[in-house]
Amino acid sequence: MTKKIETKSGVSRRSLLKGAAAVGGLAAGSGAITGFPTVWSKTDIVLRQVGTGVSNINAIAEKCKADLGITLQMTALDSDAAAQRTVTQPDSYDIADVEYWICKKVFPAGTLQPMDVSKLKYFDKIVPLFINGKLTPESTIAQGTAPHTVGFVEGKDSTKFAKEPTNWMTMVPTIYNADTLGIRPDLVGREITTWADIMDPKFKGKTSILNIPSIGIMDAAMIMEAMGNVKYGDKGNMTKAELDKTIAFLIDAKKAGQFRAFWKSFDESVNLMASGEVVIQSMWSPAVAAVRSKGIACKYQPLKEGYRAWGGGLGLAKHLEGAQLDAAYEYINWYMSGWVGGYLNRQGYYSACLETAKGFMSEDEWGFWMEGKPAKSDIISPEGKVMEKAGATRDGGSYLQRLGGIACWNSVMDEDRYMVRKWNEFIAA
Amino acid sequence: MAEITADNAIAEPVPVAKRRIRFDSAASYLQALPLAIILGVFLVLPIATIVMVSFWDYDSIRIIPDFITLNYEETLFSWITWKTYLNTLKYTVIVWTLTMAIGFWVAYFLAFHIRTTTMQMVLFLICTVPFLTSNIIRMISWIPFLGRNGLINSTLIQVGVIDAPLEFLLFSDFAVVLAMVHLYTLFMVVPVFNTMMRIDRSLIEAARDAGANAFQILTNVIIPLSKPGLAIGTIFVVTLTMGDFITVRFMSGGQSASVGLMIANQISLLQYPAAAANAVVLLVVVLLMVAGILRVVNIRKEL
Repeated sequence: MTKKIETKSGVSRRSLLKGAAAVGGLAAGSGAITGFPTVWSKTDIVLRQVGTGVSNINAIAEKCKADLGITLQMTALDSDAAAQRTVTQPDSYDIADVEYWICKKVFPAGTLQPMDVSKLKYFDKIVPLFINGKLTPESTIAQGTAPHTVGFVEGKDSTKFAKEPTNWMTMVPTIYNADTLGIRPDLVGREITTWADIMDPKFKGKTSILNIPSIGIMDAAMIMEAMGNVKYGDKGNMTKAELDKTIAFLIDAKKAGQFRAFWKSFDESVNLMASGEVVIQSMWSPAVAAVRSKGIACKYQPLKEGYRAWGGGLGLAKHLEGAQLDAAYEYINWYMSGWVGGYLNRQGYYSACLETAKGFMSEDEWGFWMEGKPAKSDIISPEGKVMEKAGATRDGGSYLQRLGGIACWNSVMDEDRYMVRKWNEFIAA
Repeated sequence: MAEITADNAIAEPVPVAKRRIRFDSAASYLQALPLAIILGVFLVLPIATIVMVSFWDYDSIRIIPDFITLNYEETLFSWITWKTYLNTLKYTVIVWTLTMAIGFWVAYFLAFHIRTTTMQMVLFLICTVPFLTSNIIRMISWIPFLGRNGLINSTLIQVGVIDAPLEFLLFSDFAVVLAMVHLYTLFMVVPVFNTMMRIDRSLIEAARDAGANAFQILTNVIIPLSKPGLAIGTIFVVTLTMGDFITVRFMSGGQSASVGLMIANQISLLQYPAAAANAVVLLVVVLLMVAGILRVVNIRKEL
């Protein structure tokens, strides 16, 4: 808070022209003011954020308004719609909150601007998973579109992904998780240990996978590999032959009546599980929590082949400049400063800046969510609901256990076009 | 798009007789201008764009202005497309038959059995009450009803009619057709009711005086005179069913495909040219169907 005020010459001239309001933004944007809040209320800065429902949460907008004075207008969409909006209506948002596999498609479209790493105050607090792909220095890099492969571009105006970290980031990572199958322990009646269990004839007509082709195909790949049908070169980037084989298998399973339904939205998956239409299905962790909150047993079952992971981040729209751009950096720095991280961690996701998030969580919460320890007291969701009773431990254990088990990341394949055709065959069959 | 086409076919301007001087004809052009502009901007232009894009190329991140026919080749020469069209047509035929059967009798009841106009209007408005909630809510409210542990199954099991829950009730073609009939019957009722209300009651009296029984009056007087309404209703139902993807997705649990769903899948992966080619094919098919209906029944006579 007592740091000296630095000004960067190129920016300061513009800021002076834009008046006093922008000066605050410049100072904040250049990293001079470290103490929150820098209140922007006089400037009436509004940032429009579009993205997926997972992280477009009103509580974040409210806290942002209170801390920074920036009004955040959130629009929550599904992954596909978020990608479309980002590419086709670049003027309709200022911040794009999208997933990394989508980023692989979206960023080269040129509607986002790379982010200046030197303006990111907490860059060195970002977990290495997003910088070099490694959870720990020894860990291997998982298959698929690992976030670090699309995390940086070669230069300020480049849309070409860089192999090594540069000063230009495509998106600032915010949220990520490791996904697995959700089960109804009361109805499956046996131990579930592998992705292949979803194809057990015992569960005929009681299973589901998701019908978002780029994610569904990854689940199918996990199942195929678990059954020993195919050994993929890269599950996240299949060859045509691998796709053919995978889809043919899915079609056979579908014709044999293995699946009850294919879900596309969060709510659908919750309803399928809660109503007992399915007993085992691919699922997202908050959907599991939603089923549990209805008083129905539901487990996010760790499987021996590992997890299918995804990560999301915030990108800046191309048109942002001046005070608005500064405000956007300010917002992103605030996002990484811990409060949001704690919020996301407490929902069962992970913050990309764990170090700062820790300061906003109690020791018990940190132990439960991050270290796999039994909860000492009831675990409360950010909305104030009891999520877990005292004594419970998290499905899958600690952060390192769960993320150490990532088998692949959600991805966009080179044979994307062919994949969608094959997927349509599957649905039409 | 399909719906607009149907409207357009109905609202085609009747040629104005050139009785007056040029000033009048200029005035009538001026009168037609706003609609022409609206249709041009919101109907012709978008369709032209879709047609244009359908010839473009694309990769996983961009669409590339070009002139290729690959999108059409992939659409027309793939068995998925044919299978999907067959499936969509199957839904259309079943839904059309059922909505017409139900819609006709509802309209008949309203038009000929209810004596007072006030009562007719009250009952007619009651028919439209479900439209105060959204399509999707009306649709998904079937799900807890039909599900494995839903109302129907639990009732039947309690009564002792069945031992195990009926699986076909939900996430099946049955569920899709049920929801579509529920959603679209009113589109049949309204035009049929409208035409029936215009039938000159003295024709029915004349038929009765001439010795026709109730069945003969129905088949020789009422059905022929209701044809325009049935045709308009058919156009509504056919275009809606052909383009439907959300009902198919929700009620089949994603197990069945429709043309609309195929297009939605492509759009969601930013494969706009492929989706556009598919949309053009769908548009052509639906227009041909509408043209076929219009050849059978001259609805303009009735307007």
